[in-house]
Amino acid sequence: MNNCTVNINNNYEEKYGWNVKIDSINETNIGLSENTINEISKIKNENKENKWINEFRLKSLKHFQERKMPTWGGNLSNINFNNIIYYKKFVDKKDNWNKLPIKIKETFDKLGIPEAEKNILAGTSAQFDSEIVYHKIREDLKKQGVIFVDPDEGLQKYPHIFKKYFGTVVPYSDNKFAALNSAVFSGGSFIYIPKNVEVKMPLQAYFRINSENIGQFERTLIIADEGSKVHYIEGCTASVYSKDSLHSAIVEIIALPNSHVRYTTLQNWSKNVYNLVTKRAVAYENAIVEWVDANIGSSLTMKYPSVIMKGEGAKADILSVAFAGKNQHQDTGAKVIHLASNTTSKITAKSVSKDGGKTTYRGKLYVPKKSDNVKSSVRCDALLLDEISKTDTYPYNNIENNNAVITHEATVGKIGEEELFYLRSRGLTEEMALNMIVTGFFDVFAKEIPLEYAIEFNRLIQLEMIGAVG
Amino acid sequence: MLEIKNLYVSINDKPILKGVNLKIEKGEIHALMGPNGSGKSTLSFVLMGHPKYKITKGEIFFEGKNITEINPDERARLGMFLCFQYPTEIQGVSLFNFLKTSYNSINNEKISSMEFREIMKDKMKLLGVEQKFIERYLNEGFSGGEKKRGEILQMAVLNPKISILDETDSGLDIDSLKIVSNGINKVSNSENSILLITHYKRILKYIKPKFVHVMIDGKIVLSGDEKLADELEENGYNFLKEKVK
Ligand SMILES: Nc1ncnc2c1ncn2[C@@H]1O[C@H](COP(=O)(O)OP(=O)(O)OP(=O)(O)O)[C@@H](O)[C@H]1O
Ligand SMILES: [Mg+2]
Repeated sequence: MNNCTVNINNNYEEKYGWNVKIDSINETNIGLSENTINEISKIKNENKENKWINEFRLKSLKHFQERKMPTWGGNLSNINFNNIIYYKKFVDKKDNWNKLPIKIKETFDKLGIPEAEKNILAGTSAQFDSEIVYHKIREDLKKQGVIFVDPDEGLQKYPHIFKKYFGTVVPYSDNKFAALNSAVFSGGSFIYIPKNVEVKMPLQAYFRINSENIGQFERTLIIADEGSKVHYIEGCTASVYSKDSLHSAIVEIIALPNSHVRYTTLQNWSKNVYNLVTKRAVAYENAIVEWVDANIGSSLTMKYPSVIMKGEGAKADILSVAFAGKNQHQDTGAKVIHLASNTTSKITAKSVSKDGGKTTYRGKLYVPKKSDNVKSSVRCDALLLDEISKTDTYPYNNIENNNAVITHEATVGKIGEEELFYLRSRGLTEEMALNMIVTGFFDVFAKEIPLEYAIEFNRLIQLEMIGAVG
Repeated sequence: MLEIKNLYVSINDKPILKGVNLKIEKGEIHALMGPNGSGKSTLSFVLMGHPKYKITKGEIFFEGKNITEINPDERARLGMFLCFQYPTEIQGVSLFNFLKTSYNSINNEKISSMEFREIMKDKMKLLGVEQKFIERYLNEGFSGGEKKRGEILQMAVLNPKISILDETDSGLDIDSLKIVSNGINKVSNSENSILLITHYKRILKYIKPKFVHVMIDGKIVLSGDEKLADELEENGYNFLKEKVK
């Protein structure tokens, strides 16, 4: 169909990919060295009472520099670590949108964040390059003892909780990019939900990359105390540039006994962003951890949300969907580690590739001998929209206990001629029919997230589908 | 309304239809019968423009317009409808959302879910389906009978000018057959036409065709009125094969 030659990037650019010109109040020199780290620590006041953080950063930097690039996953050879600005701050954090510099306020207005805050969120934070610029949580939750701040504030105000859990789920030496994040981390969320408190509406953090050549390294630490419940949502977009940007985050979740944590991600970076993220949760007795993860943007994503089930009866549910268009590689998946008996996990992965895009499912399932009565089901479905697109599946299973009940199903498909014909015979154009099939394919994801986000998600998919009809 | 002229169709170079001629006027109901594998479903797919089938000769006209080459979705917008013998399952898409999209596309409208719910109300009642049914994923896990009911529900909502019903009666229990036939009759009027493909006389008790045609080996070998169906039911196709030799 030749009347729809709309370019995806133009469309992204218009809706998410613009940038605003604004002067920073602090930024480090381009490149990464001990100086960069000390500079960041100085800006963050870490050289006084929390010197250990500065030491942690320096230790991490050393590890990062010594550690080799991973040789698996996507192509990382074009990342030039010397060409990145590791820290850029524009304004001190506010709790009122109107107090922000107008260009920053307008950015988040345009992205619909204040609107979402009004309608469906219990707490909202917004990060602009390296720092959180806006942060607010509903008063009633504050009174119940819910903490939702950025890591700097977490460290200053709640040093005991912070120090007890920080870096315990994802050690700085976990992988090269975890080391990088541990060295230069800035922004993100620190969340503590007290015992038996249920946060009914979601908490949301939105991450925006605005500058060229920048790296964003937020860090999120969520502690759900016994019997508590929380749903955290993160969204992200970035300005479009010809040069690459780097986003490398760490998310650590501690789900204490009987707690329930759901972590939803709608990743929509521009196609010049490398997205290399380590997300991991520890689940204690009867805790439930759910990762609901969508990757639509970025040039390369490498991300495998994990749950380590340490307590009996813990449950992990990981839903990961990905869309890879032209020049994109979504290398995603899930890891479930059953360290206790009677633990259950479920992994659902769905991906669509188009225009030569590539999706990879990488999974890990570990059941040690000591864990009895483990149940795990894994399902991966990949849809290829044309002949030049690719998909791979790498499930690594290590099952040492014989009474584990494991199911694994994987399918790779093309859009069926019969499905297309059925829809077209009912008056849907080829384009509409393709859209409908792909939207339906992802419905397992859309129906898991709040309606507003589902609408947004479906819109993003439709944007990606433009030009799908040859 | 619909005219098929000397139609030859192949699939993978294997000839299936071998010179079909048929003319259906406005307001007429035609029944098409014939043994398994004689080409009835093939004809219905070709009428709707399935890309898998290759027309090697002949033409199809709808309301005077040569539609032999046009897309299935354009045919739907002209007012053609195919009720599938085996409706396709579409994962993750609810019958309601699908039908709304279909309705809007065919009628060039942009009506909202709320308005569409109103339009659906009567039709759902007509076919005895519940809200839950239209919220289910399209044909996914539907029983054979439910699939057929879903098809006729779509027909009733889309209100086509010509409906090609491919074995809509197969797999229906006695009550469902009544409901579905009643649905078809409610849609049927002097302005639209039906091509009813069936193996059994029992549906002709409810839906009265003006003509009955018999297809054997890719050709319509005999046409008559309703009595032809009685004769077939009594004697089977072999007697006919003898007769037309
Ligand atoms: N995709 C296909 N590939 C190969 N042969 C096909 C295909 N579709 C149909 N045919 C063949 O075409 C012939 C006609 O099939 P068709 O489905 O049209 O018959 P029918 O009259 O509808 O039969 P039934 O009464 O069993 O529904 C059969 O021999 C069938 O095997
Ligand atoms: Mg048939």
